[in-house]
Amino acid sequence: MSKQILELLQARFPGAILETHSQFGDDTAVVDPAVWREVARFLREDPRIDMDMFVDLTAVDYLWQGAYPRFEVVCHLRSLQYGHRIRIKARIGEEDGSGADIDSLQPIWKGANWFERECFDMFGVVFRGHPDLRRILMYPEFQGHPLRKDYPAQKYQPLIPFRDVPDKLPPFGPDEGMSFGRQIHDQHAGYANEEAPKPPEA
Amino acid sequence: MEPLDLDISEGELELPSEPMMLNMGPSHPAMHGTIRIVVELSGELITKADVQIGYLHRGFEKMCERGTWTQVFPYVDRCNYVSPMLNNVGFALAVEKMMGVTVPERCQYYRVVLGELARICDHMICNGAMCMELGAFTPFLYHARARDIIWDIFEEETGARVTHSFGRVGGMAAPPTQYFKEMIRAGLPRVQKFLSDSERLLVKNRIFLDRLEGVGRISKEDALALGWTGPTLRSTGAAYDVRRAHPYLVYDRMEFDVPVGTTGDNYDRFMCRMEEIRQSMRIIDQALEQMPDEGPINIDDPRIMLPPKGEVYTTIEATIQHFKIVMEGIKVPAGECYSYTEGGNGELGFYMVSDGSGTPYRLRIRPPCFAVTQGLEQMITGLMIPDVVPTFGSLNMIGGECDH
Repeated sequence: MSKQILELLQARFPGAILETHSQFGDDTAVVDPAVWREVARFLREDPRIDMDMFVDLTAVDYLWQGAYPRFEVVCHLRSLQYGHRIRIKARIGEEDGSGADIDSLQPIWKGANWFERECFDMFGVVFRGHPDLRRILMYPEFQGHPLRKDYPAQKYQPLIPFRDVPDKLPPFGPDEGMSFGRQIHDQHAGYANEEAPKPPEA
Repeated sequence: MEPLDLDISEGELELPSEPMMLNMGPSHPAMHGTIRIVVELSGELITKADVQIGYLHRGFEKMCERGTWTQVFPYVDRCNYVSPMLNNVGFALAVEKMMGVTVPERCQYYRVVLGELARICDHMICNGAMCMELGAFTPFLYHARARDIIWDIFEEETGARVTHSFGRVGGMAAPPTQYFKEMIRAGLPRVQKFLSDSERLLVKNRIFLDRLEGVGRISKEDALALGWTGPTLRSTGAAYDVRRAHPYLVYDRMEFDVPVGTTGDNYDRFMCRMEEIRQSMRIIDQALEQMPDEGPINIDDPRIMLPPKGEVYTTIEATIQHFKIVMEGIKVPAGECYSYTEGGNGELGFYMVSDGSGTPYRLRIRPPCFAVTQGLEQMITGLMIPDVVPTFGSLNMIGGECDH
């Protein structure tokens, strides 16, 4: 059933569907980012496909796998009437994280609003035409995008600076307010380590 | 001295007409969950609303990229802390879908029963908390007592009342206890009793009904486009239940109804949840009936399952196997996969990317109430301040899940 959607897509957008596969039973189409919104509109409005349920939108950072367009924006859709699903993806972004912008799907599904805001917040993907693109889970003063692979998981960005009392031992400093000392899980680095993490050795 | 009120005629009185901004939350006694709603008011009418979430953000997805696949279970527990077992089962099924394994039949029934118990808890607490915020405290206490009965069962089975971390890839942490079936068969009628007591208090109460009926409406098309799933979507009339539409585990062998509403208002959401509790009880009854008493719980696959403890201490092969699974993690084949189950609030999805190692490359949770909460803005615009409380309550936002 969903395989036919992939065929329909390829017939409607020849050359813009870069790749298709059906791994683990999930039918996937990799789309040229230039036609991202057109493909979405086609999926929503074509009566044979009728994807009226907006399921999910997120991104994956493929920095550690050395993929050239660094990010993959992933969108899952479902049709209530037919019960079929599809995943569409688009690859965007330079290696340093710039140039990651793509059309917003908010005009097609209202539900894309928060999902795109989250994606912007976590990955720095900019959605063109989004009515209200600001951070959603992190606070406005936050620097960087935490789910990027080069963002250190241990990095601190406290809104209120740590108290520095000369003669006192922790709980002042980064441990303030914790009932226990913060454990260092990474043997090679302390918690103040703010270097970009390296991919794990194969 | 002349009296002040003499010369003022009604026509000259000027009330301030500029809109007022009001912050509700992030910590507000009438809202469960840490959420901030900035409303712009004209009198008592809401003309504009901005819903701000993120106060409970704990970096779930980032943390998952640092451990093994098995170490994700405690995190998913803490996503929806009202029905953690459903999250456990959902994540276990997601990894199993990627590895291409299926757990034994007894385990499938076990997961169904435990999952449905968690769903009953989830719906009861949502309905109870909504009543409490409307001033009806007694039903909440009834529901809390009923939930305690279920938590006792969970405690007996898993050892923990709330965050069980009981799921495993390829099975469960432990087989059912000896009196598993008896315990549930004895407990559910008591839960049922509390439920009907509280329902009798509510559904004919004029004040309660006035605050629910016709308030917080949403159309089916809007709900679908917003990504709503679960009881909140079904209350608008779209009969989409993952258990029915894409059956997993043994749900295709169960007989149950999918309750739907008509108008998508607060009353419909309340009643959908009430009815779903009853359907869950039906499912549990059937599952207990069909569940075999003997048989393995975990799959027999040395790549995935830890060897028996006795062998780990006595044989070198088992020690190595134990070490490899614990230190390197279960190897999940490279690729990407989206797996979805029916959670407490709707479709709970996991989108996973694996690079073939023992650590998830990317693990995305698709929390149902994230999508549901984004509809709040649209629903409360045009309503009055007191309508925010039941509308927000009936959406069942779970902070841990919504904020990842």
